[in-house]
Amino acid sequence: MSKDKIITVSGNDQEKEYTTLNLGPTHPATHGIFQNVLKMDGEIIMSAESTVGYIHRAFEKIAEHRNYYQITTLTDRLNYCSSPINNMGWHMAVEKLFNIEVPKRAQYLRVIIMELSRIADHLICNSVIGVDTGALTVYFYIFQLRERIYELFEEVCGARLTTNIGRVGGLERDFSPKAWATLDKILEEVPKGLKEFENLLVRNRIFMDRCIGCGPISAEKALQYSFTGPNLRAAGVDYDVRVMNPYSSYEEFDFIVPVGTNGDTYDRFMVREEEMWQSLSIIKQAREKIKKEPEGVFNANVPDFVLPPKEEVYNNMEALIYHFKIVMGEANVPKGEIYHSVEGGNGELGFYIISDGGRSPYRMHIRRPCFIYYQAYTDMIKGCLLSDAILTMSSMNVIAGELDA
Amino acid sequence: MDKETLLTTVQDKLKAQFGGGFISSEMVSDFPVFVLNRDIICDAVRFLYDDADLSFQFLTTLAGTHYPDNKGHELGVMYQLHSLRNNYRIRLKVFVNINEPNVPSITPVFLGANWMERQEFDFFGINFTGHPNLKRILNMDEMTYHPMRKEFPLEDGTREDKDDKMFGR
Repeated sequence: MSKDKIITVSGNDQEKEYTTLNLGPTHPATHGIFQNVLKMDGEIIMSAESTVGYIHRAFEKIAEHRNYYQITTLTDRLNYCSSPINNMGWHMAVEKLFNIEVPKRAQYLRVIIMELSRIADHLICNSVIGVDTGALTVYFYIFQLRERIYELFEEVCGARLTTNIGRVGGLERDFSPKAWATLDKILEEVPKGLKEFENLLVRNRIFMDRCIGCGPISAEKALQYSFTGPNLRAAGVDYDVRVMNPYSSYEEFDFIVPVGTNGDTYDRFMVREEEMWQSLSIIKQAREKIKKEPEGVFNANVPDFVLPPKEEVYNNMEALIYHFKIVMGEANVPKGEIYHSVEGGNGELGFYIISDGGRSPYRMHIRRPCFIYYQAYTDMIKGCLLSDAILTMSSMNVIAGELDA
Repeated sequence: MDKETLLTTVQDKLKAQFGGGFISSEMVSDFPVFVLNRDIICDAVRFLYDDADLSFQFLTTLAGTHYPDNKGHELGVMYQLHSLRNNYRIRLKVFVNINEPNVPSITPVFLGANWMERQEFDFFGINFTGHPNLKRILNMDEMTYHPMRKEFPLEDGTREDKDDKMFGR
């Protein structure tokens, strides 16, 4: 046991007496498995130490033993609030390695899915900020909207949370008429619900007093800690991967990158709110663009990854051989070393692959935004009240699955 | 500035500043990659950070590698730097002997390198000298080995029911 974990009781009245408090690993207020050992002076945090790794699953090691399409299911379990973005990020990284050009229509379909999952991600994070400030109602309102988005994922890929959506080269199947109808419903319901949500919180005096000035971080500090995503933008730096290094045709879309000024909880909340509106606008633009593309195209012609249609597999020898080859992961993997990053729900999610030509990556490293910015947490809560520390954590959108990978 | 010019610019600057510390450079897909001597890595990162034209002031990520066949330089560290002002991205690499895996820590330049280096210490056993708190981060403290090294197979090697002769690595 280290020295600062012991409560020292001294005879000298002038000396301060600190209490050690274990916040976590399992605590209902921290939404996940996070442990922080806090040194408290009354209700004020003097210093803190984070312990991570409680749900470590060695994804980088497992990835070295799986072939490329099987790794997608691992990426689901990183930031599970927006797994479609992780899936797409991985597919795009593999496409970069294999030099696959994805047709425009498939890219736009991907944009729709990614932006929907960004909305789902931000909805959860922002409503949880509401819960931690004592407004439980908004959380239940919001979950209705999220439900609609998950309905669409279910229609497109069959799963809701850990989606494994899309394939290398495009998507596994086209949007069905029902999926388009669900999308229309989302575009109709989400703005209304979001407006209601904002009416309840944005100018709410209690909410503002609670959030403004809580857990701030300066732009310089945020960059030093390699912050990305809404947390960095709330501090006033307009770094967005979608703009800086566009992927999946993001350069064709018209949207604003919202930034904050103080980098406090309220700014993070507001940046996410605005991003959701921008995402809605991007989805509408993508829907218009798709109308101009040839119908029924949803993946590239890559025999290494795209499964042949089932009717052919059952009736045609060659298709059966291809099906078998793909499922066993027998692709002509080029040698190389690539890095591809996407703007995930909470920051720059990057995949670094070293390939030696084998059927699985020689080394796969994931740049997990949470893991990198969570280390600033102990710094940010120093001198705060305990209740502010809880609020700061939920406003940073730290997801245990991504933190511990 | 296109990627080729960036490669030569950074290469010239590093060569002028560090001379022998610079080992080689190449273009790997769309990234300029520079291999440096491990002793100068912290200074080089600091130099690129302070350089007014380049200003590589954002550390994107850091990853360890293990090449068991590369005798004398088995372990490696990859640093990926980003200049947000100009949108330049480069990769720096250092290689060290597995028996003496010391690499200077870059935490004096980037606070965010703290946990990234701890992670690579945890998984590859790379000893980042000058790191303020170098201990395991994701694995348990009692662990005695570094599991991402290539000598540790994912599954128990003694099992016979899982024959991967045909399809396994």
